[in-house]
Amino acid sequence: MSIEARNITKTFGAFTALRDVTLEVRTGELVALLGPSGSGKTTLLRIIAGLEIPDCGSILFHGEDATDRRVQERRVGFVFQHYALFRHMTVFDNVAFGLRVMPRRIRPTRDEIRARVQKLLALVQLDFLANRYPSQLSGGQRQRVALARALAVEPKVLLLDEPFGALDAKVRQELRRWLRRLHEEINVTGVLVTHDQEEALEVADRVVVMNAGRIEQVGTPEEVFHHPATEFVMHFLGHVNVFHGRVEGDKAFFGALELEYPNGASTGSLAVRGFVRPHDLEIDLQPGETTLLEGTIAHLNAAGPQVKMELLTVMGEIIHVETTQERYRALNLARGQRVFVRPREIKVFLGNRSG
Amino acid sequence: MSTASLNIPLRRSAQRSTAEPALIRWTLVGVAVLFLALFLFLPLAAVFGQAFERGVGAYFAALRDPDAWSAIRLTLLTAGIVVPLNMVFGVAMAWAVAKFEFRGKSVLITLIDLPFAVSPVISGLIYVLLFGLQGWFGPWLLEHNIRIMYAVPAIVLATAFVTCPLVARELIPLMQAQGTEEEEAAVVLGARGWQTFFRVTLPNIKWGLLYGVILCNARAMGEFGAVSVVSGHIRGLTNTMTLHVEILYNEYNFVGAFAVASLLTFLALVTLGAKSLVGWKPGRRADKSSAEAAQDNPPAPPEAGVRAGTA
Repeated sequence: MSIEARNITKTFGAFTALRDVTLEVRTGELVALLGPSGSGKTTLLRIIAGLEIPDCGSILFHGEDATDRRVQERRVGFVFQHYALFRHMTVFDNVAFGLRVMPRRIRPTRDEIRARVQKLLALVQLDFLANRYPSQLSGGQRQRVALARALAVEPKVLLLDEPFGALDAKVRQELRRWLRRLHEEINVTGVLVTHDQEEALEVADRVVVMNAGRIEQVGTPEEVFHHPATEFVMHFLGHVNVFHGRVEGDKAFFGALELEYPNGASTGSLAVRGFVRPHDLEIDLQPGETTLLEGTIAHLNAAGPQVKMELLTVMGEIIHVETTQERYRALNLARGQRVFVRPREIKVFLGNRSG
Repeated sequence: MSTASLNIPLRRSAQRSTAEPALIRWTLVGVAVLFLALFLFLPLAAVFGQAFERGVGAYFAALRDPDAWSAIRLTLLTAGIVVPLNMVFGVAMAWAVAKFEFRGKSVLITLIDLPFAVSPVISGLIYVLLFGLQGWFGPWLLEHNIRIMYAVPAIVLATAFVTCPLVARELIPLMQAQGTEEEEAAVVLGARGWQTFFRVTLPNIKWGLLYGVILCNARAMGEFGAVSVVSGHIRGLTNTMTLHVEILYNEYNFVGAFAVASLLTFLALVTLGAKSLVGWKPGRRADKSSAEAAQDNPPAPPEAGVRAGTA
């Protein structure tokens, strides 16, 4: 089932959580709403679920207006950040809840309910915990119970509100992959809210980057990561170094470095900021034609797939560089060494356009 | 993971920093026990001692007295009406305050405490002002031959007023701490309003509710001031147990007074026993919230006990 949010605006008192947000989620897709806290992503999710009512705008399920549909009638699965399991019920009763509260004429029989709950618990690999209470489970287990409970009513839409936010890093990673597989298996339309960019990029088919109640960019993980539409997206998706320069005609200047900038301003000189990710900076021992600046290695961390360095420039600025283990060994880099930095790619944002 | 290895040193250091020398500990315990003995156990023993002074026969004769029996029935009837009433009101009130945001909420919360803030005598006088012969609705009620003052309705109303904060006060912090997430989860899963209430909200607050009901019952049975003002003290008709004790005492019928008083005390003790049982149970079920709520109102039950014992 597809979901469409049209021109949604929502305010809480003086605070505007969403400003005229329009978004389409296609059938079977898993979309991540990514943004810092206060960006409106959870509010948007709750509006889709029917837990909040938008001030204006409409929600469409499968092309039909569902704005006035009550929560109970929307038949969405919702997974809460803090699980919201019924603490006085066993795991089994938690998962069976959605089936047991159905109106009598469509409610499955006791045996059907038992069969379905057991199947779901097997799906989330927790069938051996059916008679435990939520307080006896670990965080990861609780979240899986919450997911099984949401899936019990066979929702067409699955909404997840920072589902792994309260878990530790390792469990989070496992659950992420597991969710990805699960989504492929059951094929529901999913919307996932997260402030963790890694999570969004890993799990989602498409990522919606939100900021201050607005959508900054919608695209595949690759698009938003490699072709950020705005400075905010650039900043939010990973570390980035900022360089000050200017654009004149179809050329961009950063220090001594001159670059082609075909879509640049036609007249005059414009001060701009250039953005370079740490892994798009290359280290040389000798200055070259495309050298951007020189600095000394102030800090070096080789523990990891990439070697991370902090360079102190002559201007006293710190820039972050990541290079491969091979290059690190080939150049025989060490702390305190004098090196030259060459960018593979600089992003310049003029207005909202990227270059 | 590493929690186990973390916990042990933490617990040890906590023990070390909060443990007092034995001398101080036993002095504190001794002072507390002495105080309790003087101000709680001694009066309690005196009540039962006085009641049985002329022997068991005189004790039961005093309880079998028709006036005493009618007072016992009236007290039980009052509690029987007031407690369910306040239970429904308390849950509704706590539900509204804890789960919804609305204008004037803080005013409402303050108003709940009003019956605690004013003296019970004044609570009784409010009803005289409203329903008494010189009161606002007095003439109208007389015209339609409806008796409220100096009859059972006034006693029930006054008791209900005095005890109405107890259940709500017990539940509000509990429900606020629990938040609305579970209700939201239930609603998303398709549960209607009443299903959500009976299957999710009520089971979560049942221990707190039971606790509040017990407190409410203790106070309803022990209430004296407000009831005294509105009852009219008609023997065998509008005398509750507390009022009956006072009358008997004023007539120098000490055995009778203390027999009824001992019964009231006994009811209070049963209530306290039930309360501690309820307080103990959630603790074992690792449901801390009820226990926390229990700490919210510690002076009320002893007060009810003392009141019953010394009336």
